[in-house]
Amino acid sequence: MAGTTSSAPPARYDVIVIGAGHNGLVCATTLARAGRSVLVVEAAAEVGGMAITRGFAPGYRVSACAHLLHQMPLAVIRELGLAEHGLEFAATALPTTAFGPEGRALTLARAGVPGEAFTPHDAAAWPAYHARLGRFAGLLQGMLAAPPPRLGTDAWSDKLALAKVGLKLRLLGRRDMREFLRIVGMNAYDLLADEFESSLLQGALGFDAVLGTNFGPRAPGTVLTLLYRLAAESAAGSMPLAQPRGGLGALTLALARAAKAAGVTIRTSAPVERITVAADRASGIVLACGDEIGAERVVSSADVKTTFLRLLGAEHLDTGFVRRVDHLRSRGVAAKIHLALDRAPKFGALAPPALGGRLLVSPSLDYLERAFNPTKYGECPGEPALEITVPTINDPALAPTGHHVLSAIVQYAPYAPASGWNDAARRAFTESILATLEVHAPGIRASLMGCELLTPLDLEREFGATGGHWHHGDLAFDQFYMVRPVPGASQYATPMAGLYLCGASCHPGGGVMGLAGRNAARRVLEQGV
Amino acid sequence: MAIDRTPVPHFRKPLLDTPFHDRARELSQNDSFVPWAGYSTVDVFTSAEQEYFAIRNAATLFDLTPMVKYRITGADAERYLNRLVTRDVRKLKVGRVSYVVWCNDAGHIIDDGTIFRLAAEDFRLCTAERQLDWLLDSALGFDVRVEEVTEQIAALAVQGPTSCYILRKFGLAGVEQLKPFQLAEFDAHGRPLMVSRTGFTGDLGYELWMSPEHAVTVWDELMAAGRTRGLRAIGSQALNMARIEAGFLMPNVDFVSAEHTIRMNRDRTPLELGLGWLVDFDKPHFNGRRALLAQRAAGVRRLLVGLDVDGNKPAHHALLYADKDGNREVGSVTSAMWSPTCKRNLALAIIDAPYHATGSRVWADIYLNRELVWERRMVAATVVERPFFAPERRRLTPPADR
Repeated sequence: MAGTTSSAPPARYDVIVIGAGHNGLVCATTLARAGRSVLVVEAAAEVGGMAITRGFAPGYRVSACAHLLHQMPLAVIRELGLAEHGLEFAATALPTTAFGPEGRALTLARAGVPGEAFTPHDAAAWPAYHARLGRFAGLLQGMLAAPPPRLGTDAWSDKLALAKVGLKLRLLGRRDMREFLRIVGMNAYDLLADEFESSLLQGALGFDAVLGTNFGPRAPGTVLTLLYRLAAESAAGSMPLAQPRGGLGALTLALARAAKAAGVTIRTSAPVERITVAADRASGIVLACGDEIGAERVVSSADVKTTFLRLLGAEHLDTGFVRRVDHLRSRGVAAKIHLALDRAPKFGALAPPALGGRLLVSPSLDYLERAFNPTKYGECPGEPALEITVPTINDPALAPTGHHVLSAIVQYAPYAPASGWNDAARRAFTESILATLEVHAPGIRASLMGCELLTPLDLEREFGATGGHWHHGDLAFDQFYMVRPVPGASQYATPMAGLYLCGASCHPGGGVMGLAGRNAARRVLEQGV
Repeated sequence: MAIDRTPVPHFRKPLLDTPFHDRARELSQNDSFVPWAGYSTVDVFTSAEQEYFAIRNAATLFDLTPMVKYRITGADAERYLNRLVTRDVRKLKVGRVSYVVWCNDAGHIIDDGTIFRLAAEDFRLCTAERQLDWLLDSALGFDVRVEEVTEQIAALAVQGPTSCYILRKFGLAGVEQLKPFQLAEFDAHGRPLMVSRTGFTGDLGYELWMSPEHAVTVWDELMAAGRTRGLRAIGSQALNMARIEAGFLMPNVDFVSAEHTIRMNRDRTPLELGLGWLVDFDKPHFNGRRALLAQRAAGVRRLLVGLDVDGNKPAHHALLYADKDGNREVGSVTSAMWSPTCKRNLALAIIDAPYHATGSRVWADIYLNRELVWERRMVAATVVERPFFAPERRRLTPPADR
C-alpha cells in the first residue's frame, strides 16, 4: 500500500514505472498520490535520466544533458510541491544573447525590448511577431496537458477533444486562423526571412525552431517545432529559461523526494532486462540482477523503441506496429560539450545577468543550415551552432571557487559519422567547437582545465535513449500529437494490455516538461488499476 | 551507331518462362498462355473440360513453378513463423506440410499458402503473392533468414486417381507410403526430388519439387511413365474447376489481400472466410490475434460459405438476396461452376449474418448471355457445408494401385 515503509519490499505493485527521469517520476508520484503502490526502477545509479547533474572533471559539476528548465508548467511544479521538496532556482527569466560576426551581440529579453542590433524595420515588426506567435502558441498550449484524441473512434471524449482543437483554431479569428494555417506547415527560414531583416535576429529565432531536431531551418515543419517550443514555454508561465540551483539534477532530486513522500519506492542501479507477459498482458518486469517483480500495470518512460523492441520484444506485437516503431525517426543530432574553466569566460563585454543567461552562436539562418548540411552525410560541421550556458555565473557552487563551468548544446552532430566516433573524430569535432567558442570568447582555450564531449552516441549510451535523441524521436508533423509516437500507442496505452508509455516518445514530447508523465498517469488511472 | 542486341532487357520480356515452358508450348493446342506471378503459364492446353476430367479420372501434370517460394532458416525460424501465421507451427513436425493464412494487425488476411518443414530450423513458405517486404518486416527481433527461392525451385503437381501409380512407375519407390501433407526426399534416377502429398484439386495427388536443371527430364520421364494411365498436362482453368469442388479459396477471387484493398470493408479475416479452424488462439501471440479475438467475441458479420444453387446455370458473380423480389441484398458469389462430378451447381459466396447459416435459403440473381442477349434468372440456393467433393482416395494410404 502507498505510504508503508516496511523493510521488505512487496513482491507485487499496482504499477511499476521504468525509468526515474522527470517523466517517470512525475508519473509515479501522480499515481502514488492517487493511492496506488508504485515502484520506480532506474538503470543508472542516480535518479534523473536526462535531467541530471554530475561531475565531469574533478570539482566541476554540470547538467549532463538538458541544462535549462523552460518547459515544465508551474502547475506541475506546484502540484508536486517541488519547492517544499528542495527545488530552488539560481535564476529565472534568463535573457538570451545571440552573437554575431565582429563581436556583435543581441540580447533578447522575453519582454522583447529592441536592442541596438534591430533595424528600424525589425524593431517595428518585433512586437507584432511576438504577439502573433504567442497567440498561436496559446492554441497549441491547450493540447499539451491532455492526452491526444483518437481518430475514428465513437468515444465522446475523443470527439470533444478534437472539437476543442477546432474551436480554439476558429476562435483565433479569421485573420489569425488563416495566418496560422498558412505558416504552420512552413519552414522557419522563409517565415523569419519574411519577418525580419537582421540576419542575427533571424539566426537567433531560427535556432529555437531546430534545437534538438533533425532538421535544418529550411525543412518544412520547422515553424511547427518553433511554435511548439513557444507553447511549452508559455505553459511554463513566468518561469521560462530557469536555472535550478544545483543544475537540472536538482529538479529530479526534488521530484524523487516528492515521489518518496507520496509513497513511491525507487530502486536505482536496477536496469530492466525485460517486461514479462502473462496471458497476453504485461505482468511485471525482470531486472538484470534476476529479480522478478509483478505489477498490475507497467509504465515505461524509456523511448518507444527500447520499450517495445528491447524490453517487451517484437514477438508480443503485430508486424505492422513493430514496423511503425522501427521506422520512428529517432536519430539524435545534438551533442553536448562541457568545459571546466579556471576563470569566467569573456564573451566580449557581456556581463551578468546576460552572461548568466542563454548564449547563442547562430549568427544567421544560413549559418544554421550550413551547420546542418554535413550531418546529412555523416560528417561534423566545421562551424557548429551552439546554445551556451555558464551555470556557475548564477550558481558558483558547481565549480571550485573562482572557477567556472561552460555547458553547450552543439547543433548539429552526426549520430554515426562515416569514420565512427573514434578518438580522431572526437578530437576534430571538439577542436571545431573550441575554435567556434574562441571566436566569441577569446582566450577561453587558455582557461581550459577539462573538457567532455557527449556525442549523440554517448548520449544514447549514458541515457539509454535510442539514437541519442533528446526528444525520443523527432517532433514533426508525422510524429506529432495524435500519431506520437506511432499510431496504436499514441494515447499512452499500447497494444499490449497493461503496458503504458510515459516518456518523451509520447505526446507532448521531449524537453523537461513532465506532461507526458502526468498525462500517462491520468490515462492509467482512467483505465482503472 | 552500333546497337547491343545480346542481352534481352527485362522490360522487353516482362514475363519469365518456367523451366517447363518448351514442353508446354509443344503440347499447347490453343496457344493460350496467361500471366501468373510474373511467369507465362498455360490457361488451357486442349479443352478445360477434357483436362478437368483427367484430374478426376486419370492423372494430370500442372506446372506450379510460379508459386512464390521463400526459404526461412535460423534459430528463431519456428518462433518467427508462429508469430507470422495463425496456426501453431510448433505442432508442425519435420517432414510435414501445413496450410496456413497470415494476417495484418487488424486480423485481415494478407495471403494464404503452405509451410513445408524441411528440418527443425529450415522451412519453405509457398505463397500466392510476393511477400518479401512483409516477411522481412516481420523478421525484426527474430534470429531468422528469409530468402526468396522461387526461381531456384521448379515444381510440378501430379494429381488424379492414377498419380501414385505413375510416380511409382516413374521410379519413386515408397511414394505410396506418403500420407496427406507429408513430404519426403526421393532419388529419381540420380536426381534429387522432393515430393509432398499436397495439391489444389482435393483429389489424390502429389507435388514434385526439383532443381530447374532437372525439370525437363523429369517432365519427359513422367509423361512416359503415365502414358498408359491417361496422364496429360493441364492448365489453370481445369485446376480452378477442381479447386472449387474441393472448396479451396483462390486469392484475388474469393478474397483480396489486405495489402491490396483500397475500399472499406473489402478486407477479410480468417473467421469471415470460414477458416476459423486455422486460427489457434491458444498459441503465443501472432499477427492479428488481438483483433481476431475481438471479432470472435463480437461475432462475424459475414461469412464465406458453399452454395448449392438450384438449376444448372452457374451463378457467376451473382448478387444474393434474402427474398425472390431482390429487395434485400445479403451477399455475392465469388466463385461458381456447374460441377460435372457432383452433378450440382456449386458456388462460393460471401453472405451477411444471419443468412450464412448452413441450410438457409437465399436467392441468386443470375445473368445469362444467350447469343448476345442477356437474360436474368432469380434462382434459389442453399447454404451447404464445404468441401463439395471429397473422395476417399484423397486420404487413403497407400492409395489404390491403378
